[in-house]
Amino acid sequence: MKRVYVNEEWCLGCHLCEYNCAFANSGEDYMPKALKDKTIYPRIQVEEGDGVNFAVSCRHCEDPICVKSCITGALSKEDGVIKVDTDKCVGCYTCIMVCPYGCVMPAPDGHVIQKCELCTQNACGEPACVKGCPNHAIVYEDRG
Amino acid sequence: MNYVIIGNSIAAVGCVEGIRSRDKTGSITIVGDEPYPVYSRPLISYLLLGSTDEEHMKYRPDDFYEKNHVKTYLGRRAEKVNSAAKTVTLEDGTVLTYDKLLLATGSKPFVPPMAGLDSVPEKFTFMALDSAKALEAALKPASRVLIIGAGLIGLKCAEGIADRVGHIDVVDMADRILPSILDEEGSAMMQKHLEKHNIRFFLSDSVAQFTENTAALKSGKTLDFDILVVAVGVRPNVELAQQAGCEVSRGICTDTSCATTVKDIYAAGDCAKSYDITTDTDRILALLPNAHMQGMTAGANMAGGQESYTALPMNAIGFFGLHIITAGCYDGEAYITREPGVYKKLITKDGLLKGMILIGDIARAGIYTSLIREKTPLSTVDFDLIKEHPQLMAFAKKDRKIKLAGAKQEGDA
Ligand SMILES: Cc1cc2nc3c(=O)[nH]c(=O)nc-3n(C[C@H](O)[C@H](O)[C@H](O)COP(=O)(O)OP(=O)(O)OC[C@H]3O[C@@H](n4cnc5c(N)ncnc54)[C@H](O)[C@@H]3O)c2cc1C
Repeated sequence: MKRVYVNEEWCLGCHLCEYNCAFANSGEDYMPKALKDKTIYPRIQVEEGDGVNFAVSCRHCEDPICVKSCITGALSKEDGVIKVDTDKCVGCYTCIMVCPYGCVMPAPDGHVIQKCELCTQNACGEPACVKGCPNHAIVYEDRG
Repeated sequence: MNYVIIGNSIAAVGCVEGIRSRDKTGSITIVGDEPYPVYSRPLISYLLLGSTDEEHMKYRPDDFYEKNHVKTYLGRRAEKVNSAAKTVTLEDGTVLTYDKLLLATGSKPFVPPMAGLDSVPEKFTFMALDSAKALEAALKPASRVLIIGAGLIGLKCAEGIADRVGHIDVVDMADRILPSILDEEGSAMMQKHLEKHNIRFFLSDSVAQFTENTAALKSGKTLDFDILVVAVGVRPNVELAQQAGCEVSRGICTDTSCATTVKDIYAAGDCAKSYDITTDTDRILALLPNAHMQGMTAGANMAGGQESYTALPMNAIGFFGLHIITAGCYDGEAYITREPGVYKKLITKDGLLKGMILIGDIARAGIYTSLIREKTPLSTVDFDLIKEHPQLMAFAKKDRKIKLAGAKQEGDA
């Protein structure tokens, strides 16, 4: 399975992945229109530390505890991608309680959750975060 | 192989998924007394709130039973289990035989004896889709609602109907709300929040006498009401297990393989006990993720697997936009953060994170939960950092490589 993997040595902490994620999921086709003067709610988050930065997004786990714990059946795994059905989700945040990576977050309206779906559900079609990463600090590949 | 499952809810679904992960062809039969395909029970309050509907409450897609080759008897009650003959008899006399049986009978509302209760015409419990529908039919914009019980179910009910009725009074014997998951400070914070929404609390109190429309409390107060909801707690459905000879102490006793003490009978979900890793005891954990995962393990083992299930008590629940996440046990040294709208308590003992209460700031809470579940020695993480905010930065670089870069755990091939 292809996944987004992190090369933390290369991460500049530039946050471009966050902007590209927010843009890809905005439904807009012009970045300034989608993001200018707006608070962004990306599904990938850069952690910044003492000389170390890295971007964290859903690991699409083999045995996903978020899916097993979901109280509504809104989370499911199809073809290796963990997806959320936002019509079923009621925003109880059980998945946020169990995700060991901290990669599920409330959607901006607070009534449902959001998470990385590897850009399979938006027009991008492949992870926008990886595509736009200037330093290959995140890569989309199969490491077994 | 011939599998029979009694109960058609979350643990049953987990069991079907567990069985089918190993056995694609064995025959599976589910008997459930509610006349619906499996639905998410916690959503009954969201149904009244108007944020979901019956279609979206379905816990699994419509083709779940067909795809998994499950035969169902819905709207039918199992009356008897004969563990010697390995049969289950339904209320209409149908006899099913089994090789492996799962008891997934869940729990029922506990209605304690209360003087005058029989004289109350509009009284409800809040456990099932039918009870929610019945309550909904009785609601009127001016209704005065009295809820007995300030626990999770009573208060979820209150949230669900608060905007649809005149006012809500909640009475509980306990001196604070949500005592099963919160400490005193957390309870007080949530109570204040709920009081802003048309809800009054009468704590350390109970009903001495009901009439048709009044409740005289032990404290001497009298509350008028049109609609009564009794939500003081739940009791596991263990009668079939007892009849079959399984050991029961409050809940059905199971080992970590989810087997009961009777051969070829398993139990999972709210009717069963599970092993709580944080208190080192067998307990009933009436929680949905627990029911699903215990059911999955039971199913896998009924189909010849060797899986083991241990549980972590944990709750994610919100009221009117204020969210709570709790996990583990609260015995130990506390680290507390207070900010406007936020209360956060982390409990450590013996160098481990043992429990937590998060109100208002639940971001990335699962990082804490996994420290509790994995019993990660806090000496191996930067606890000062992670105390402030859950983050992967607090883990050692080699652990981050495993988590984020696909590196293998030492000892793994
Ligand atoms: C209002 C409410 C809110 C909740 N909120 C949450 C929440 O936010 N998070 C959370 O984790 N948990 C929550 N829960 C708890 C959660 O719903 C349960 O833990 C979960 O449903 C347990 O699943 P189960 O399969 O063990 O049993 P149940 O869901 O109780 O189902 C058991 C089924 O078996 C049937 N049955 C029993 N005896 C027989 C028989 N003899 N023959 C045939 N059928 C039988 C019952 O009618 C029932 O349909 C909530 C519960 C309620 C009521």
